[in-house]
Amino acid sequence: MIFTDSLELLSFHWVAYTIYSAMIISVVAWFGYNLIRKDAKSVVRIPFYWYMAFLVTGGVGHHIFTYNTIPWVSQDISRHEIKPDASYDFAIAKHKWILPSQKIIVQCDEKILFNVVSKDLTYGFGLFRQDGSMVMQMQVNPGSKNDILWTFHHNGVFDLDSTEYSGPAQYNEHGENLMKIKNILEVVGCKDGGSK
Amino acid sequence: MSFTKNLMSGTNFDHTSLNALQKVTLRAVVMSFLFYGLVALEGMIMRMVEVGKIPQNPIPEMFFQPEHFFSIMTVHPIIGIFGSTYQLVFGAFMFLVPYLTKKPLYSIKLANFVWIMITLGTLLAWIAAFVWQYAPLYTLYWPLPADTEQFHIIGGIVFIVGVALIMVGTFGFIYNIYATIFARVGVHKDKTTKELLISGFGIDGMLNLFNKLIGKPPYTKEPALALPVVAIFRGTVDTFLDAVVILGAGVLVLIFLLADLGGLHLDVTAIDALLYKNFFWWGLDLVADGLVLIYVAGSWYLLATLITGQKLFMENVARAALMLELLVSWMVWSHHLLGDQGQPDMMKLISGEMVTAFELLTQGLALFITLVTLWKARPLKVTMELKYLLGGLLGFGLAVPAAIIQADMGMNRVLHNTQWIIGAHVHIALIVGLYMTLYSAVFVLWPIVTNNTELYSKKLANAHFWLHLIGGIGMGAFMGMAGLDGMLRRHLYIDGQFQTDMILAAVAGSMLLLAWVLFLYNIIMSVGLKGLIGIFLPAKDRTASYGIEPEIA
Repeated sequence: MIFTDSLELLSFHWVAYTIYSAMIISVVAWFGYNLIRKDAKSVVRIPFYWYMAFLVTGGVGHHIFTYNTIPWVSQDISRHEIKPDASYDFAIAKHKWILPSQKIIVQCDEKILFNVVSKDLTYGFGLFRQDGSMVMQMQVNPGSKNDILWTFHHNGVFDLDSTEYSGPAQYNEHGENLMKIKNILEVVGCKDGGSK
Repeated sequence: MSFTKNLMSGTNFDHTSLNALQKVTLRAVVMSFLFYGLVALEGMIMRMVEVGKIPQNPIPEMFFQPEHFFSIMTVHPIIGIFGSTYQLVFGAFMFLVPYLTKKPLYSIKLANFVWIMITLGTLLAWIAAFVWQYAPLYTLYWPLPADTEQFHIIGGIVFIVGVALIMVGTFGFIYNIYATIFARVGVHKDKTTKELLISGFGIDGMLNLFNKLIGKPPYTKEPALALPVVAIFRGTVDTFLDAVVILGAGVLVLIFLLADLGGLHLDVTAIDALLYKNFFWWGLDLVADGLVLIYVAGSWYLLATLITGQKLFMENVARAALMLELLVSWMVWSHHLLGDQGQPDMMKLISGEMVTAFELLTQGLALFITLVTLWKARPLKVTMELKYLLGGLLGFGLAVPAAIIQADMGMNRVLHNTQWIIGAHVHIALIVGLYMTLYSAVFVLWPIVTNNTELYSKKLANAHFWLHLIGGIGMGAFMGMAGLDGMLRRHLYIDGQFQTDMILAAVAGSMLLLAWVLFLYNIIMSVGLKGLIGIFLPAKDRTASYGIEPEIA
């Protein structure tokens, strides 16, 4: 199983965490009910060391699972050794984006490097779908290298926004977000199900 | 009894019968719950703003102004964490340490100083946001707090002074706790400082476990300090380190603001933003992943033993685990920096992912020990303290895995700074996990601290329990769902982009607010307005202990 974009990952995550939540609520409710019953007997005996092993497996296994199913993890770690297919430089100063171009067209499955420089405050760099869901994000610190290598496997038109709070000047007096750039990036060339 | 009589005089509460220790505890508790009401109201305002500008939204237009909205967001955690939670925890612990060690509190004056400093500091921070709309948020990401183009210098100075007062109060609490623990009086008259230190750090528990493994008799059969006191001892180490870091960051911001006020514009780039972020998160994370988890574990152990009247299951393991939890809490801050590309990958991997995952183990262990202790004592009577304790256990059972999931390089890329972390993790951990644990402690300590004052209404207490539990989980869940849909946490949405989730979160939030109103009403009708005022009048009985021969503070 490989998640090709954040939509697939977050849908999976939504289902998994909802099941877990329902389970833990049920267990505590069942436990509470049986605590006050006079004739309650142990249904299952949980050996301590097995419980500990389960927690360790859960904590470590989660990272092993995501490393092997989320492609941007390994790509992010080794991004300095990967030659990008295209590279785009962004800058931010006084809550304004300095864009490489008004519209960026990206080919499906190409590795795209985004370099972002902040000239004053701490900002964020995030791409969003038209329905508001997040594609990816990173923090943009002044004085640090802020680069991310990303591969798009699905067609779409994406908006750019700062994902970190940088003061109320990010908005006008009516509360409209001045750092949101609509339709900045378009991915083309993917099949309906994703990838070329 | 008539409504008016209850309102004025309560049930059978007599504030003149309280000693100095009881009164100072109740003062902190009263301030804590007043600040809780303010924080709940602020939360509701922000939630309603995020619903968007629609004709049916009753929120006045001024709250949609970014300066106003973000100044509320800035003080919301200051009031919630310091004004409310710190006050309640500090008040409870300054009662519990003398109560459990059977020694007097080191200083009642210092205990009074603590709640006054934290109250004043919280109010100053609130005033800075209300009057000058100083809004760098609690994260204070450099150089935003020193950005005098966006913020008024005086507002910044007042805010930093407010936070500094809170930290000064915190140091007062720390001193009082350690001075009480190390006082060689009463049962500790013949103990050495070394013995108390060994017990405080849980080394005796570790040695007991080690000796058992090699077949030797236990290092000690009667540890010098009770387990909940060990948790308070250990958690207070993190409280100290956290206060040093926050105060350090405050001094740094203050230097820049004062220089600006004097016409000298210091170069903000002299401070590396990423390095500062590491320093600040190391300290701030000691609250979330340090003292909260350790204090909570200790509170669970205490509550489980008091509710069941039995010994804690696996006490030596619990003692040793608290030491492990302390070490873990010092090494997990990088999970806040997984979205920072300048942060070394090794730190992300080891501190951000692997050591952070250990919290699943330490908190899971505390959960296990508490549940087994309760289970072994069944059947138990249904009491408010038992119900709240189970609610608290459930809160952390939901909130800790929610954070572990995000403390991952893959998940963080699509969840960082979204409503997921602040909703499904932070709000459920605080409102359901921490507060329900604290409510359990309030119900356990209520007869002790108030000299057996009868609670006005058990029905109201039950209504509070269910509204708080369902409201807390509901609000966190809908905020979390909005986060999965892409809603950011430190962001203003005026167009109602995530309206459905926000309306549902607001409905759940209203339940929380209503729960607080019911709780406050129940308490006021129990102690009466006269009693409430009487709590703040000087105690005639200056005893600084409870349950032992009176000693003068």
